[in-house]
Amino acid sequence: MSKTEHTLDLMGNWTYAPAPEDSKHIKLNKKYDLFIGGKFVKPGKGKYFDTFSPSTEEKLAEVAEAEEKDVDLAVKAARNAYEKVWKKMPAKERAKYIFRIARMIQERSRELAVIESMDGGKPIRESRDIDVPLAANHFFYYAGWADKLEYAFPGRNPTSLGVAGQIIPWNFPLLMAAWKIAPALATGNTVVLKPAETTPLTALKLAEIIQESGLPDGVVNIITGFGKTGAAIVNHPDVNKVAFTGSTDVGKLIQKSIAGTDKKITLELGGKAANIVFEDAPIDQAVEGIVNGIFFNQGHVCCAGSRLFVQEGIANELIRKLKDRMETLIVGNPLDKNTDVGAINSKEQLDKINHYIKLGVNEGADLFQSSCAIPKKGYFCKPTLFLHASQSHRIVQEEIFGPVLAVQTFRTIEEVIEKANNIPYGLSAGVWTDKGSKIFNMTGKLRAGVVWANTYNKFDPTSPFGGYKESGFGREGGLHGLMPYLKF
Amino acid sequence: MSKTIPDFKQSPTIDQVSIEERVARFNTRSIKKEAKLQGLKLALNMIDLTTLEGKDTEGKVRQMCYKAVHPCDGLASLPTVAAVCVYPTHVKTAKDALKGSNVKVASVATAFPSGNSTLEVKLADTKFAVDNGADEIDMVISRGEFLEGNYNFVFDEIAAIKKACGKARLKVILETGELSTLDNVRRASDIAMYAGADFIKTSTGKIQPAATMPVTLVMLQAIKDYYYKTGIMIGMKPAGGISTAKGALQYLVMVSETLGSKWMTNEWFRFGASSLANDIILQLEKEAKGVYYSKDYISID
Repeated sequence: MSKTEHTLDLMGNWTYAPAPEDSKHIKLNKKYDLFIGGKFVKPGKGKYFDTFSPSTEEKLAEVAEAEEKDVDLAVKAARNAYEKVWKKMPAKERAKYIFRIARMIQERSRELAVIESMDGGKPIRESRDIDVPLAANHFFYYAGWADKLEYAFPGRNPTSLGVAGQIIPWNFPLLMAAWKIAPALATGNTVVLKPAETTPLTALKLAEIIQESGLPDGVVNIITGFGKTGAAIVNHPDVNKVAFTGSTDVGKLIQKSIAGTDKKITLELGGKAANIVFEDAPIDQAVEGIVNGIFFNQGHVCCAGSRLFVQEGIANELIRKLKDRMETLIVGNPLDKNTDVGAINSKEQLDKINHYIKLGVNEGADLFQSSCAIPKKGYFCKPTLFLHASQSHRIVQEEIFGPVLAVQTFRTIEEVIEKANNIPYGLSAGVWTDKGSKIFNMTGKLRAGVVWANTYNKFDPTSPFGGYKESGFGREGGLHGLMPYLKF
Repeated sequence: MSKTIPDFKQSPTIDQVSIEERVARFNTRSIKKEAKLQGLKLALNMIDLTTLEGKDTEGKVRQMCYKAVHPCDGLASLPTVAAVCVYPTHVKTAKDALKGSNVKVASVATAFPSGNSTLEVKLADTKFAVDNGADEIDMVISRGEFLEGNYNFVFDEIAAIKKACGKARLKVILETGELSTLDNVRRASDIAMYAGADFIKTSTGKIQPAATMPVTLVMLQAIKDYYYKTGIMIGMKPAGGISTAKGALQYLVMVSETLGSKWMTNEWFRFGASSLANDIILQLEKEAKGVYYSKDYISID
């Protein structure tokens, strides 16, 4: 690069006035009970825990903590509904309920988006434009399959499994609930679902929607709690199927605990995706994809493009553009319509991210953070780059789950494939090039469940999603997403 | 600073899908209150108030020039527009009508709008406008030659016109509506800048589509790359099709987030438009008085 740097003064003299999404219309109860058998019931031991807004650190509501007995009640309700109603119901009737839930999510999309941003910290732009519409679309999509399973798997006589125990993470609370519930219902199973303890509110709102939709009692049960509650679901002898999205550590525990049972299982776990930019890529658009890959949802995305590989011929130019682009990211109040990067989901997660940032500095990688101001209150982290990272750095090997990107350069296609695959994870990857043949060459060789080409972090209900190796197994979404909920 | 002329066949490629996504994201920015007021005034101050019709007369040009200096005298502290844009034969009239103001006179030239003429004619056209006092020349490139791949021809023509401009600033119109792909828009932008353009401009306004946000974004990115490499700032002028205040604010968001505050002045960014000014005035009236006025309250010149 030339010695004289001609710098841009981005976002300098024209700052956007605050444009907060109205949250006055949001009605939250002081206390939320467990949704079991179509009713909201108090937890057996009467224990509740608080859920906070990570952007204001204010308490939003109290939520019931389900104990083993409550889990048992929920599984019994699900079993009862399965045997007496849901299993026997004609598939096209099942589909009508799923359609209805999809429509009701659309009708209440604004409310759901605002609550999602309040409870989880993600920017309203994302919850409004991505999470909530995608959640509705998953229900729409799987409603369509409900009475066509024979055609999805011709000649294989697909039948439902029974009761599905589902445990979902805090990064896409409503969307993950939709990913889990919609295919389970479409295939004729009943559900016990546990949302994450830091983000239970939209799942509980979904419980209200389900109640209002007239879905037969007990077909979907939503219970809140911590890891212990999740373990009780996994270990319950009358659960036929376990679906888990979350950390690799917990995934391994679940797999151990169901060993020796005939429970079916899908695990969607961590990731450390390679986002690979070749010299012939459209650079400005690749920069955009890198930003969407790592700063989308504060980097709390299992398929986040957290390892950037840049071919050496364009490395300086691309990094410069990436830094400039990062300067335009607005970090702050998740409810502001102009916010690009919201709040880190919890204090624990912020501590973990900061731990890795310190580690990266100690390992000798070059830290760059955008110069934006961050709010004093709440849990926030500046968009962060680590330049000159190496394959042996822990910030390259381990999942950080935050807005932190490790940047490595490469010379040849063989080198980058080897490095991209040299990781225990295999959930996703990105390839940027103007050459179609190069894309197909890469997709065949990258050990990743999803490979995006000239785009990143694109989701659609029709497209299967899932990983290799320590990123888990089983697929969600698309035709493939039906299979884990069926026996043949 | 020296600049090496690159091989224009190697101009960066553009991914249209991503460009459109980026534009959509600019358009989700919510511009309210002070930011809106500041943006609207800035946009008004960036307008090249334009009349480019066969039926243009001295009377029409004089009336438009008055409007350029007095966009709305009923509203306090409004800026003037940046320039008026006319055919070469009306430059003298405009210059005279704008005497004593800061409003510049821009003239289209080079066999506008098709550009299908000889270099002699184009040079004479340019010189005539400059001699009559034009501060800025808006030339068109030879799109036929460009599409045939004769990039040197296009380059040399721009360089020759630039020389003929003397002190007048040169805006080079790519007529992106005829270039068909964003790859071509990028390549034509690179040719124009390296050949000596002070501004690059999307359209004549005579071809549809005229200015669009995706096309403008590609050109802004070309300007950014040129600035990175040479340190030379090039101006940008989307022209045609921008008629609403909201649309103008969206363009400003794009400029602000792509090139930054150095370009947020009418020295480096212009809107080529005829009806945009009145929509901005309508919005500013609303901000000042709290109600929307009927269009009959705002002068049409």
